[in-house]
Amino acid sequence: MGDPYLSDGVDLGDVLLAAGKAVFAFTVLLVAVMLMVWFERKVVSRLQNRIGPNIAGPFGLFQTLADGIKLFFKEDVIPTKADRFVFQLAPYLSLIPAFLTFTIVPLAGDFSPGGSEGRVVIFGRETFMQVADVPVGILLFLAMSSLAVYGVMLAGWASGSKYPLLGSVRASAQAISYEAALGLSLASVLLLSGSLSTNAIVQVQAGEGFLGVVPNWNVIVSGFVPFIVFLIAGTAELNRPPFDFVEAEQEIVGGYHTEYSSIRFSLFFLAEFMNVVTLSAIMVTLFFGGPAGPAFGLLPGWVWGFIWFFSKLIVFLFLFVWFRAALPRLRYDQLMDLGWKVLIPLSLVWLLILAGIRLAQPDENGVSLLQVSDNPTINTAYFLGAALSVFALGALLLMVASKNARDDRLKSMGLKAVAIESAEVN
Amino acid sequence: MVDASVFIVSAAIIILGALGVILSKNPVRAALSLVASFFGVAVLFVLQEAHFLSLVQVVVYGGAIVVLFLFVIMLLGVDKAENLRIEPLVGQRYAGVLAGVGFCAIICAGLFLSGPGGEDGAVALTGTPTQEQARIIDATTPDINQLATDLFGRNVLAFEATALLLTIATVGAVVLVKNQKKPVPASVAAHSAADSENSSENTELDAENEVDE
Repeated sequence: MGDPYLSDGVDLGDVLLAAGKAVFAFTVLLVAVMLMVWFERKVVSRLQNRIGPNIAGPFGLFQTLADGIKLFFKEDVIPTKADRFVFQLAPYLSLIPAFLTFTIVPLAGDFSPGGSEGRVVIFGRETFMQVADVPVGILLFLAMSSLAVYGVMLAGWASGSKYPLLGSVRASAQAISYEAALGLSLASVLLLSGSLSTNAIVQVQAGEGFLGVVPNWNVIVSGFVPFIVFLIAGTAELNRPPFDFVEAEQEIVGGYHTEYSSIRFSLFFLAEFMNVVTLSAIMVTLFFGGPAGPAFGLLPGWVWGFIWFFSKLIVFLFLFVWFRAALPRLRYDQLMDLGWKVLIPLSLVWLLILAGIRLAQPDENGVSLLQVSDNPTINTAYFLGAALSVFALGALLLMVASKNARDDRLKSMGLKAVAIESAEVN
Repeated sequence: MVDASVFIVSAAIIILGALGVILSKNPVRAALSLVASFFGVAVLFVLQEAHFLSLVQVVVYGGAIVVLFLFVIMLLGVDKAENLRIEPLVGQRYAGVLAGVGFCAIICAGLFLSGPGGEDGAVALTGTPTQEQARIIDATTPDINQLATDLFGRNVLAFEATALLLTIATVGAVVLVKNQKKPVPASVAAHSAADSENSSENTELDAENEVDE
């Protein structure tokens, strides 16, 4: 457990290595963010039949840099009614969690069979290619995503103006609603991996999959549903389209960052894109095997890990841009319905089904945790049936409850009469 | 040495945060101080190698619960100074002082009983660990496994009872909101419908907390 270089005491070299890794990861993230901003603008432009940035640098690559420099030199305005301390604190509160999550992502390493299990040697010390392999790894992601909302909330509140406040109330409601679905879909993955450490999660996925051809990725092993729930809930946590209620420009001007200018605005902007990169990296790690993949020689094994990781990452980054260009924003009640009535029950049930299968499956001694029948197939079927019947019961209850609530609501609004009249007309 | 300095820094953060909670005039700043205090506690948990507990502290208390506080503060617009002369419950101040002094006395008693070394004090407060507990409390198993074994094994009844209690509380809240049966004009009715939706959100929020806890 844990990073190998920390297993035998800590000396100065270890401290320097940790610091070096942190600086390296931060640089990688910043460069990735810079490229991501350019990538997003370019791809959205092409999808909207425009050209996009093309003046600054080759293919407009330096556009982000130019924008950043411009923002640095702008006047920094703090509204008179703002709560100065909180107003100045908020951008950092949203930036820091975005980076801290990135520290648990394994960026590279040779996870192929017969490889080094993700270990590399840097300055004579054996270590993983991630800043920290925390024993409770993936929980750090949950903790940080629940803290990231503070930046948005407090920014909106501290601005002392109406639209930002509306944005921050939306942000908190949205974050609370979707965090549950995010956590529950994560739990399914943890159930399969049996560990919270990101390195161990990648390790399990690097194993041989079905028929030796299909990769042993969690997205396949967990049956796609947790991944889809995670993707939707993650997009909502990021406040990205189609869930960008927090800064819906047609409704509440700019939302929480309306009153921000200059460098503080750019910090929010940076945090938002950092979150996109980080969440994509987390998804690659959790569901798509992270840096795990075959090494084809020529290059050292860990470089292949790096290549695999970044090719998978780019797919997700494109996906988020695609979402933005293709999907219209939801209505607010649709957002809440989707979160509470679809995603949370669905992920809860899927967790139940996976747990049922897990209970029924025999371990290496041929004994399952709970045994009803000696035949493993019948045993699995039994638990699957139990889980599915609980699912059916829950779905029925939910449907009855929401129908009743709807009827009550219509009645209290006096709309029932209208419904009956129209029925009579028909 | 490292342990002591980490303890001093995080203890200072906890105490300053706690002072901030009771001394800030502004509820939002009080809530922020509460987050700082929770963070200090989380660091102390890490110091005791209870990694899981520390992150749950951040996720549940630092994240969900204070966000909920802030949500309510912002939604109701109560982020203004309150009149502190009004006492909703008669004698609550004296009761509060009494409870605080009593709690402090219990903690101090534990400290004095333990003397230097500290082991005896823990035993004096919680009793000698049984053999079964001693088996669970084993330095080599990760704390998440220890917690799970204890919570879902020995204390499963208490765990379920807590879950039931939370469910009853949420159902009670829903019933209280739903029973406001007075004739309302259509314009207000739409508003109250939105309210009842909020309450159903809260229900599920509490259900979420229940899962977390």
